[in-house]
Amino acid sequence: MRLDYRIILDYVSPKSKVLDLGCGDGTLLSLLIREKSCRGTGIELSEESIYKCVEKGISVSHGDLDSGLSDYSDKRFDYIILNESLQQVLNPKKVLIESLRVGKNIIVGIPNFCYWRARLQIFFRGRVPVTSELPYEWYDTPNLRFLSLKDFRYFCQENSITILKEVGLSQNQIISVRPNLFANNGLFLLTK
Amino acid sequence: MKKSDPFIVETQYYTCCDPPDELVLQSGVKFGPITLAYETYGELNPEKSNAILVCHALSGDAHAAGYHEGDTKPGWWDVVIGPGKAIDTDKYFVISSNVIGGCKGSTGPSSVNPDTGKPYGLSFPMVTIDDMVDAQRHLIDHLGIKKLLAVCGGSMGGSQALAWSIRYPDCLQSAIIIATTPCHNAQQIAFNEVARQAIMSDPDWQEGDYYGKTIPARGLAVARMIGHITYMSDQSMEKKFGRKLIGKERLGYDFNQDFQVESYLKYRGDSFVQRFDANSWLYISKSLDYFNLKAEQSLVEVFSKARSSFLIVSFTSDWLYPTYQSKEMVRALKSNDLDVSFIEINSSYGHDAFLVDNKEVSHILSHYLARISKTLNAV
Repeated sequence: MRLDYRIILDYVSPKSKVLDLGCGDGTLLSLLIREKSCRGTGIELSEESIYKCVEKGISVSHGDLDSGLSDYSDKRFDYIILNESLQQVLNPKKVLIESLRVGKNIIVGIPNFCYWRARLQIFFRGRVPVTSELPYEWYDTPNLRFLSLKDFRYFCQENSITILKEVGLSQNQIISVRPNLFANNGLFLLTK
Repeated sequence: MKKSDPFIVETQYYTCCDPPDELVLQSGVKFGPITLAYETYGELNPEKSNAILVCHALSGDAHAAGYHEGDTKPGWWDVVIGPGKAIDTDKYFVISSNVIGGCKGSTGPSSVNPDTGKPYGLSFPMVTIDDMVDAQRHLIDHLGIKKLLAVCGGSMGGSQALAWSIRYPDCLQSAIIIATTPCHNAQQIAFNEVARQAIMSDPDWQEGDYYGKTIPARGLAVARMIGHITYMSDQSMEKKFGRKLIGKERLGYDFNQDFQVESYLKYRGDSFVQRFDANSWLYISKSLDYFNLKAEQSLVEVFSKARSSFLIVSFTSDWLYPTYQSKEMVRALKSNDLDVSFIEINSSYGHDAFLVDNKEVSHILSHYLARISKTLNAV
């Protein structure tokens, strides 16, 4: 199992109600349903991914994340998951604030654009970084926002969002030393 | 059953609501007796938990799948229903019934009024989608089914599934709503009205009293042509016909048919007249125009009565029942904490996309039904 999934499964209490924003093919949701007896649903933009979710027996809604949250009442879900999807939305601040309204806890997974390899590429090659974790060229990237783990921490602080847990990840291992430099990704458990 | 075996089916009939126990219609009129034509496919399991009610659209009938003995054309949703298909008759017991007001075996304006011995014509009462569903409920009771695994339909069939989910929330596990609106809007009413005017301005219509005489064939054919245009898309018509000419090399510079699309529509109109009653078209199209879940309450309040799971499907090129109308339902269902899945399928076939052989529709239906039966068994 992917390390980020394992950590998310660890963050989520059993039998919780979970909304996965940008749930992809539904792998994480089916793990949460199977391993943690969660009740889960997802929102996903890709039509192909929707078919895979339905195949897995997951209830899923086709649409974009920017407009998908307003239908839900306050604190409807125990957890809202935004794993590798927040950097792809048009209005990430609004999506996060809405998520904090609809969910009691939020789990956010982001790619770290200040990973050391990316920093080296900018510094020495003078090019926008393309790494195994950020494999896209500037013209074909689905990522609309470029941020580091530190940027995200500042954002939480400024918006009075409490970070309950945080972990940096790289190549399927946890990075505890200077994650903003050495981690490819970060996972945050948030509440407000 | 082997795949190569023809799937032979038969229409059956059930009569209920005999006086004095008539059905009270939404208009307040008491009406009976009511006969419903229906077909069933597959076997009802001993727990009676595998029944799926399939509801048809405006011009549909009870013959949804398989072949009638000697027929070369299968039922209207044979691409989806049958052994090994998405709605798998090896697993599920499928019921399909003709709506009241119809002309394919259920009581409608062309049926004989037992009081007069003559066809009802316009003395047939106005029926609504709710009335159709109430009549179906009698059939489902007759078949001994307490809870349907799913009520499923496209277009007007979806309207019926919606009405089921609100009128009889505890009688269904899931509602499958394809290319449907919660409320007929002005454009939808407008197209129906043009079709009705085409029928009613045909001199042969005779205020609906044409049975045994010349039928208003021209009016009904035009009504069908208008309908057919709205069921296709710009894209699908362009692909199918473009500006291709019919049986000629150059334009005729007269009012004979020049284009393939003209001849196709005429053919669809003329063949429809052979199988459909003009008054039924008037009644059923009116029932669609009256359909409005939001008549008395907001959609969120209306769905607060619902208990089932929902699968909502729309198509990108459906401009008659556009996706925003499906999304409106999805939002209201979510607000009520109901289990809802929604997908907008990319298709160029327009409103009729659900009727054509569409692997996405089949994929979604088979997997969704598998999940719903599993949840039902788990409870």
